[in-house]
Amino acid sequence: MKLDANIPSGPIEEAWAKACFDMKLVNPANKRKHNIIVVGSGLAGGSAAASLGELGYNVKCICFQDTPRRAHSIAAQGGINAAKNYPNDGESVFRLFYDTVKGGDFRAREANVYRLAQNSTKIIDQCVAQGVPFAREYGGSLANRSFGGAQVSRTFYARGQTGQQLLLGAYQALERQIHAGTVTMIAKTEMLDLIVVDGQARGIVTRHLITGEYNIHIADAVILATGGYGNVFYLSTNAKGSNTTAIWRAYKRGALFANPCFTQIHPTCIPVSGEYQSKLTLMSESLRNDGRIWVPKKKGDTRPPNQIPEDERDYYLERRYPSFGNLVPRDVASRNAKTMCDEGYGVGKSGLGVYLDFSEAINRLGEKTIRERYGNLFDMYQRITDEDPYKVPMRIFPAVHYTMGGLWVDYGLQSTIPGLFVLGEANFSDHGANRLGASALMQGLSDGYFIIPNTIGHYLATHKFAKVENSNPAVQEALTTVKSKIDTLLSIKGKRTVDSFHRELGKILWDYCGMARTAEGLQLAIGKIRALREEYWKNVTVPGTGDDLNESLEKAGRVADFFELAELICIDALDRNESCGGHFREEYQTPEGEAQRDDEHYSYVAAWGYTGPNSAPELNKEPLEFQYVHPSQRSYK
Amino acid sequence: MKVTLKIWRQKNSSDKGQFVKYRVDDVDGEMSILECLDVLNESLILRGEVPVAFEHDCREGICGSCGFVINGVAHGPERGTTACQLTMRHFKDGDEITLEPWRAKAFPMVKDLVVNRRALDHIIEAGGYISVGTGQAPEANGLPIGKEIADQSMDAAACIGCGACVAACPNAAAALFTGAKITHLGVLPQGETEKGRRALAMVAQMNAEGFGNCTNIGECTAACPKEIPLDVIAKMNRDYLCGSIKQREDLPTPVAPVVQGA
Ligand SMILES: Cc1cc2nc3c(=O)[nH]c(=O)nc-3n(C[C@H](O)[C@H](O)[C@H](O)COP(=O)(O)OP(=O)(O)OC[C@H]3O[C@@H](n4cnc5c(N)ncnc54)[C@H](O)[C@@H]3O)c2cc1C
Ligand code: SF4
Ligand code: FES
Repeated sequence: MKLDANIPSGPIEEAWAKACFDMKLVNPANKRKHNIIVVGSGLAGGSAAASLGELGYNVKCICFQDTPRRAHSIAAQGGINAAKNYPNDGESVFRLFYDTVKGGDFRAREANVYRLAQNSTKIIDQCVAQGVPFAREYGGSLANRSFGGAQVSRTFYARGQTGQQLLLGAYQALERQIHAGTVTMIAKTEMLDLIVVDGQARGIVTRHLITGEYNIHIADAVILATGGYGNVFYLSTNAKGSNTTAIWRAYKRGALFANPCFTQIHPTCIPVSGEYQSKLTLMSESLRNDGRIWVPKKKGDTRPPNQIPEDERDYYLERRYPSFGNLVPRDVASRNAKTMCDEGYGVGKSGLGVYLDFSEAINRLGEKTIRERYGNLFDMYQRITDEDPYKVPMRIFPAVHYTMGGLWVDYGLQSTIPGLFVLGEANFSDHGANRLGASALMQGLSDGYFIIPNTIGHYLATHKFAKVENSNPAVQEALTTVKSKIDTLLSIKGKRTVDSFHRELGKILWDYCGMARTAEGLQLAIGKIRALREEYWKNVTVPGTGDDLNESLEKAGRVADFFELAELICIDALDRNESCGGHFREEYQTPEGEAQRDDEHYSYVAAWGYTGPNSAPELNKEPLEFQYVHPSQRSYK
Repeated sequence: MKVTLKIWRQKNSSDKGQFVKYRVDDVDGEMSILECLDVLNESLILRGEVPVAFEHDCREGICGSCGFVINGVAHGPERGTTACQLTMRHFKDGDEITLEPWRAKAFPMVKDLVVNRRALDHIIEAGGYISVGTGQAPEANGLPIGKEIADQSMDAAACIGCGACVAACPNAAAALFTGAKITHLGVLPQGETEKGRRALAMVAQMNAEGFGNCTNIGECTAACPKEIPLDVIAKMNRDYLCGSIKQREDLPTPVAPVVQGA
C-alpha cells in the first residue's frame, strides 16, 4: 500500500495554517446532521468530544469506566510541556520541536511535531480559562519546571496531579456539552468492533458492561482515542483497564498499525515486590530534577544507603552524561539502570533497583520546598514501601509506561480507513522511538482541542454518507464476530485463569522485548507467544455469564487481543535491525553502549497491515524525511 | 499472614444480598487490599465460583474508581488513603475484615461491592464548569492569580469523585463533593462570574438526585481520601446565597436524576 501522509507543502512554520485554509468547511446548519462517535474520554477523546459538540456536531462519547472522568489520563503526574518561554531561558516553538524530534531519535514525522509545538501554547491558555489550577509563583504568574530530555523549563504542572487537573478541565467541558445536548455520554460500555461499510468507517459494535447488551452505533465518522497498550506487558504503570482492543479490532478491519515495538520503559518506578503484584507505580520523572541517582561502587553492597560514604557511591548518570546528568531522556536512564543491575550493583532485596536520593536537595532547599514540590509523590512512595523518602533514598526501577506505537495516521489524524480518526496515545504520531516527559498530555490535547475539529470537518464536507441500516451485512457480520468471540471465551471452561495467562505473556515480552532485544530472543518469544495463545484458546476459564457485570469476561477479550498484538510487537522489533530510542537491539550499539541507528535502511515508519488469522502481516513503509532537524547520533554527554 | 474477608455479596439490585466469609492465606503486608481481593478471586475462579465484583482502575489513588466500606469506614482505617492504596500491613494475622458497598439512596446497587455513582456526574453536568469554549481563551499569563488562591483552588480540585463522603455521611449528603467543585472553580477569577448560578444549579441537582441534607457532622472529610476540607461546604453555602440574591434568570434545565422520584 502506498502511504500518503498528506503533509502540506511549503515551509513547516506555515504548514498547519495552510492546511486549515485548504480544508473544506461544513456549513454550521449542517453540523448537527452529522453523527460522530468518539471512543475514549481521556485527554484526547474528552477534549475532542467537547470541542466537536461545541461546534454543533451530534456526538456520542463512549468509555468503559463508570464515568468519563476516570479515563487513565487522570493518573498523569508530572506535567505538560508548552513553548511559552515564560522563564526566558531560550525556549521557542522551534526548540520544543527540535527536542521532541531528537528525543524521539529521529523516528517521528517533522511536520506533525512542529504543529504540536505550535499548538502547545494555546493548550495552556485553554486549560487556564477552564479553571485548571496550575502551579503559580507568588506574583501570580504560571510556574514552570524542567523535565527529562530538556535543558529549558517548559513544563507546566498542578502539583503531582497534572493529568487529573487537565482531564477534569476536559471532563467539565464535556459535561457542559452533555448538558447542552450535543454530546451523548455512554459509559460502562466497551467498543468491540469497527463497522466498515463500502470502505468507510461507519460505526462500532459495543457491549454494555453491566447488562451485557450488544449495541450497534452508526455514524459518519469514528474517532478512536482509547489510549496506549502498555498493559500487554501485564505489569505496567497503566491503569488496569487500559487495553488495545479498540485499535486492534480496527487493525483487523484494515487500519495499519505503526511501530508497535516502540514502547517506553520509564526509569523511575517503584520496584516489584511480589508475585501478587497487579501494577507498577510511577514516581514522576520530575523527581529527577532534585533527586540524584546512584548505586554503591561495590557490587552486592548490602549496607543501608545512609552508611555508604559519598566516595563509595557511583552517580552513574552524572558520571556518564555530564551535561544532562540525571535529566537524560527516559530510554537512556532506563537502560543505564538495567545495566547497573545486570552488572550486580542493584540495590534492594531483589537487586533490581537503584537509589534516587534527595538528601542533597533537602540540605540545599529545605524539606519544606521539597514537600511542596513532591509531597504527594513522597506520600505515595511511603504508603507503598513503608519507607520515608525524606530520610532514606527511594529505590526505583524501570517499568513499562507508554506506547509510542499505535494506529498509523496521516497529518489529519486519519487512519488508512477513511472516516476512522485516531487521537492521543492510540495513534503513533508524534513521539518517534521515545517520548519526552510531559509530551503525551500535550499531544492528547493538541489532537482533541485543536486538530480534529478542523480535519474531521474536511472529511465530512468532502464525502457522501448513504444511510446504513442495522440489517446491512457489514453491520451484522461485525455483530456476529463479536458475539461468537464472547460465546467461545465463555464456553472453553479450561483450567487456568485469564490473569495467569496474561502474567505469563507479559513476562515473555518483558524478558525478550523489553529494555534490550536480540534477534534470537525475539524469535524465541514469537514461538512462546504462539504456543501460549494456543493454550489460551483451549484452557482458559471464564466464570459467570455474559449478561451481567463480569470483569473476567472483559479481561478475557482484552487478553485475547494482547496475544495477537504481542506477536506483532516482536515481529516489528525483529524487523527493525537497528537500535533507536526505546527500541534497543543489543546487536546494534555504539562502542559506548548507546543506541546505534541505521538511517540509511530504517528511517521509516513501519506500518503493518493485517492479512488474515494465520498469515504474516504485511509491512508498509512511510519514509521519513528530515529537512529541519538533521539526524545525528543523539548525545546527552 | 491469614485473614478472613467478610464480603457483601449481591448478584444485582433485585437480589437480597448477604455477607459471605472467605479465608485468604498467604497475605503479604505489601499487598493492597485490592490485591488481596485479586488473590481471593483467582482462587474463586479456579473453584468454579463467581468472583467478587469491585471497581478499580488506576490502583494509585487518583481515578476514584475503587471504594467500599472497610470495617465500617469508607476506604478503611488509614487517613487520606483510597482502598487501592491501603496495604495489608495495617491488619494483623487472623483479622476478620468486613467489606461492604457504599450505601446511599442516590447510589443504586449494581453488584457485590459496586454501586452506580452517575449521580455525581449529573451534579457536574448541571453546572460544574466554567462556560468557555475551545479557542476562546486569552493568553494564560494575562490573568495573574496569587499563589494562595491557586493553592486553595487546587486543594479543592483534588477531589477524585469516589463518593466516600456520601457513604460516610449519616444523611448520605454529597455536600463535600459538590462544595469541592464549587470551591475549585469559584475561588478562581475565571470562575467568579458564574459562581452564583453554578451553586444554584449544582445544589438543585444534588437535591434532585436524592442526596441528603448536610447537617455539619463532618464524617465526610474524615473519610475523604483526598482530605477535602469542610470549608468547601461553607463556600458552597455562600455562593448559593449570593446566587439566590442575584438570580435574575431561570436556571439551566435540571438533568433527569439517576433514581427517579428520589
Ligand atoms: C502513571 C502515568 C503518569 C503519566 N504522567 C504523564 C505526565 O506527567 N505527562 C505526560 O505528558 N504524560 C504522562 N503520562 C502519559 C499520559 O498520561 C497518557 O499518554 C495520556 O493521558 C493518554 O491519553 P489518551 O486520551 O490518549 O488515553 P486515556 O486517557 O488512556 O483514555 C482512554 C479512554 O479510552 C477508553 N477506552 C479504551 N478502550 C476502550 C474500548 N475498547 N471501548 C470503549 N472505551 C475504551 C477509556 O475508557 C478511556 O476513556 C503518564 C502516564 C502514566 C501511566
Ligand atoms: S470529596 Fe473526597 S470523598 Fe467525596 S468524592 Fe471527593 S475525594 Fe471522594
Ligand atoms: S483504583 Fe483508582 S483510586 Fe483506587
